[in-house]
Amino acid sequence: MLWACILLPQLALDAVLRRHPHPEQPLALVTGPAQLRSLHAVNAAAAAAGLAPGMRLTAAHALLRDFAMVDHEPAGEARVQRFLAAWAYRHSSLVSAQWPSAIVLEAQASFRLFGPWPRFERRLRHELEQLGFRHRIALAPTPRAARVLAGLRDGMAVSEAAALPALLDTVPVRRGLLPDDAGTRLRRMGIERLGQLRALPGDALRRRFGQALVEHLQRLYGQAEDRLEYYLPPEHFDERVELGYEVDSHTALLFPLRRLVGDLCTYLSIRDGGVQRFVLRLEHEQGHSDVEVGLLAPERSASMLFELARGRLERVEIARPVVGMRLLARHLPPFVPAVQDLFAQRSAQTLDWPQLRERLRARLGDEAVYRVAPQGDPRPERAWRRVPAEGVGIAAAPPRPPRPSWLLPEPVPLHDPRLRVLSGPERLESGWWDGDDVRRDYYVVETGRGQRAWAFLPAGQRSGWMLHGWFA
Amino acid sequence: MAQLLALDEMLAARTLWHAGRRAALPADGEPTGHPALDALLPHGGWPRRALTELLLPAEGMGELALLLPSLARITRAGGLVVLVGPPCIPYAPAWQAAGVELSCLQLVQASGRDALWAQEQCLRSGACAAVLGWPQGGDDRALRRLQVAADSGDCCGFVLRDRRHAANASPAALRLLLEDGGWRVLKCRGGQPPSAVLRLAH
Repeated sequence: MLWACILLPQLALDAVLRRHPHPEQPLALVTGPAQLRSLHAVNAAAAAAGLAPGMRLTAAHALLRDFAMVDHEPAGEARVQRFLAAWAYRHSSLVSAQWPSAIVLEAQASFRLFGPWPRFERRLRHELEQLGFRHRIALAPTPRAARVLAGLRDGMAVSEAAALPALLDTVPVRRGLLPDDAGTRLRRMGIERLGQLRALPGDALRRRFGQALVEHLQRLYGQAEDRLEYYLPPEHFDERVELGYEVDSHTALLFPLRRLVGDLCTYLSIRDGGVQRFVLRLEHEQGHSDVEVGLLAPERSASMLFELARGRLERVEIARPVVGMRLLARHLPPFVPAVQDLFAQRSAQTLDWPQLRERLRARLGDEAVYRVAPQGDPRPERAWRRVPAEGVGIAAAPPRPPRPSWLLPEPVPLHDPRLRVLSGPERLESGWWDGDDVRRDYYVVETGRGQRAWAFLPAGQRSGWMLHGWFA
Repeated sequence: MAQLLALDEMLAARTLWHAGRRAALPADGEPTGHPALDALLPHGGWPRRALTELLLPAEGMGELALLLPSLARITRAGGLVVLVGPPCIPYAPAWQAAGVELSCLQLVQASGRDALWAQEQCLRSGACAAVLGWPQGGDDRALRRLQVAADSGDCCGFVLRDRRHAANASPAALRLLLEDGGWRVLKCRGGQPPSAVLRLAH
């Protein structure tokens, strides 16, 4: 395995600059308590004016009167590092962000896809420049060695495991990323290079500097396995767009919606997952309102999800101005693409049934698309039931005398002087156990207009016809 | 001679028709399940990629007896049948007894403009084999949209309407009117409407 390490020397600053409208003007990240503010990092323009990290804010103001100040937040730095890990995950399946300001990824397995290392490296550098992060990249047979080499010189690449020890032996101990302050202490003891350190007896080193140093050396040289905390894409999607102005019409929300859904679908395709339920959160000055979007089966087609979300959004009344929009998808089930016939004779603009069903549900409501299935109950109202449009199997009905093809939702009184009984009665007497007792004599009758109807009389009586269905 | 050839070409291209002689149409219709009706219709069945209009004096007069055999055949072959806004509940035991595969029968609850929209979406999608609708108004434009949608979605569309619309023009490719217990063809694309009245045994 070959490991690439991407060192991000200005992670916190780049995270701010890439979103700043004027990155070329002097800017400094400020940290520390209110009475003792100091500079955490400065950009090129500020450095040219003499500002430097660690400088007191008052001293900085004496040097340069006007520069932009942004509070340094360590949580934001971690978030950007996670974002870069997600970016790196597109290039390799083994990505780790366990060391601060560095991303480590296994590169060799990706050579077949992205080409040999020089080309792969160019690609990584190009994408990082596009994203706006300054970086140093090194390649080595162990992740730790890659991290150490990236700290030494940008662009270093060692692909032969045999060449690694000789190179590492020349690394100064203070650049060897030894645990705690071991590097400084060793240098004071007169040990300059890692090679000298390695020549020392292991037991004595362990006694003086602890187990951690010995393990670090073994992992650095590839003599022991280096267990990294690998990056796993999170189980949920949560992205938000700040609108920057107040929006109270649906059309103005469609553009941010399209961007959010597009991000979601990119994320889903990285995860090889789909989404079945997500929430669009419209943020107001105070509070928020949620628009739920639910599907019957997982999907990940951007155009379809956008259309569905749009359908749901447009049914929602925007009572208060919207200042931000957030898309939350907590549950991302695996996505199984529908099998499509290669030679299917279908025109390009056709939809398949799941897409059509979701489109109908988006406009007409979740319950609007359904199927019917027979049930065992002899009472006509309960001999059928609604079942969801998807999934449930439908069993056969028990054999019974002929039943009408249209059933009225409720029996209605039937007044017809020319009523003619064609067959019957069939007595249905059931339901004493659930309080919905039914005792009826059902007849097939013909009305004066020639319709064949299914009507009943209360059991044992001769009048009071109730119409319950049509033999259409 | 040249003129004669031109005439033949025009006949072949079907830009010119013989009066009184029925053009040979491909019998590619969806079989109705009633051989007597198939024989009357120019395509030998329900026209594909087109709208069929059934005009009824009231609900429950025998429209399902006419349609159920073909719906049963379509669903058993795995085709999807959608009912958009039916006036009553399609009673599952009876439909199953008629041979309809209920897992391929989808219902859409909608009314008014939503029902027209839903039927147009279903017809246009290409996912459905047959779509039945019960539009309320007598809007000619709405039916024309459905007809175009059925054509682009390669689907059999059915609209069931009150017979008072019989006198109005309709873009449907086939119009059947139920009168005195018998079905009369009012219009059929690709041929003269036959004068025979079809009576189905109950």
